Amino acid sequence: MDIERGKVTAIMGPSGTGKTTLLKLIGGQLKPDAGSIHVDGENVHQLSQPALYELRQRTMGMLFQSGALLTDLSVYDNVAFPLREHTSLPASAIHHLVLLKLNVVGLRGARDLMTTELSGGMARRVALARAIALDPEMIMYDEPFTGQDPISMGVLVKLIYDLNKALGMTSVVVSHDVNETASISDYIYVISAGKVVQHGTPEKIENSDSDWVQQFMRGLADGPVPFHFSSDSLMDDLTGLAQQGAEK
Amino acid sequence: MISNWLQKIGHNTLSRFSRIGKGGMFLLQTLLSLPYILGKPQLLIRQLYSVGVQTLLIILVAGIFIGMVLALQSYIVLVDFGAEESISLMVSLSILRELGPVFTGLLFAGRAGSALTAEIGLMKSTEQLSGMEMMAVNPMKYVIAPRFLAGIISVPLLTLIFMAVAILGGFFVATEMLGIYEGVYWSQMQAKVDFHEDLINGLIKSLVFGFVVVWIAVFEGYDCVPTSEGLGQATTRTVVHGSLAILGLDFILTALMFNV
Repeated sequence: MDIERGKVTAIMGPSGTGKTTLLKLIGGQLKPDAGSIHVDGENVHQLSQPALYELRQRTMGMLFQSGALLTDLSVYDNVAFPLREHTSLPASAIHHLVLLKLNVVGLRGARDLMTTELSGGMARRVALARAIALDPEMIMYDEPFTGQDPISMGVLVKLIYDLNKALGMTSVVVSHDVNETASISDYIYVISAGKVVQHGTPEKIENSDSDWVQQFMRGLADGPVPFHFSSDSLMDDLTGLAQQGAEK
Repeated sequence: MISNWLQKIGHNTLSRFSRIGKGGMFLLQTLLSLPYILGKPQLLIRQLYSVGVQTLLIILVAGIFIGMVLALQSYIVLVDFGAEESISLMVSLSILRELGPVFTGLLFAGRAGSALTAEIGLMKSTEQLSGMEMMAVNPMKYVIAPRFLAGIISVPLLTLIFMAVAILGGFFVATEMLGIYEGVYWSQMQAKVDFHEDLINGLIKSLVFGFVVVWIAVFEGYDCVPTSEGLGQATTRTVVHGSLAILGLDFILTALMFNV
């Protein structure tokens, strides 16, 4: 799997196929059983802890599904957190940077709110402002659209697209929201059960001749992925129950 | 059937031991992370407030009542021997040597230990710890170390306060209710209570209890299964294991300190 610099790469697949695991592998939070992952030329899992932290600080931002905002801090302090931890900038410079980042996501006016007062969509936008606070080279989005109302979803789609185009940030979007993700990505990997099923440009995936990919992209209830969880036939189950009852 | 049973025993034993090992490694990492706090004293101060100051009320109330009850009970026994003037000795020695450190430890495990576990566990389940890691901030340094140190500092101080109010509670009951002369209460204590033998030993105990309880609390939180059920179990384990550890260690420390 290759993720190209400066492009939006989407990783799609049904729930539970290892999309989030993949992001955690890239970020070095999990260790792979086999294989290796290189970010910016460095093998993530052979780095010492300080080198890994340095790599994360320089190259990676991550937007978690839940936002992962620190609940004891305000919106402002959350965005300022990585700046305060990793730079020795004076308070005035941090102030400017935080306001600029919040302005990008449209929440400059919400800087004094506590994170518990935010709606789900706003929390994710604050988390995005925090993820770009140190201007990472790459940003990983974990299910950015899940559970968002149509307006928040539209805002997030636009933000991801704009950040990529304006700042040239390499973007990795993990999602199963097919249409939104396909509309902004340059390249798509479709994975299932930990394996890449198909990859290519959005057009190529759209016109795939694989039944499985078609079922996934169109959201069909039945197909290669059966509607029923694997089980005995309904008739066997019912008669089996009847027999047990008779034995009692 | 029997092999299943044996397998289960083996599995449980192995997982116990691996958890103990994990706890040990965790402690080592925590200790190595402590120097980080030097650069961020405000993190420690905030934790001292939530771990220490907010536990103060329950310590004060418990201390006063335990001191008062102890005075009443001692009187009942001592008066038969005409030794009721030694009531302050009874109160102060039991408080300084045993009840002060043990009660403070138990109350601390219930009030602050459980809160620490729940807080850290919830931070884990809401991905705040992962989020920090991805921002290249080590949660061992930012979250665990200040809480750990705050606990270790707080418990001996809380124990001192507990001891003081318990002795005052005993003083109040002895002089106001039981008619012991005030000067006798203090002079008996002054004559027989040894600074090193009694007070310092009690404080050493409290330091050990604080260390163990707060270690269990932060480890359980950091290591919990990040679900509501897992968090509930972790909180329970903090209180149960913490309390049992205090009682077990108290026996060992008493045996060592007082040369029985």
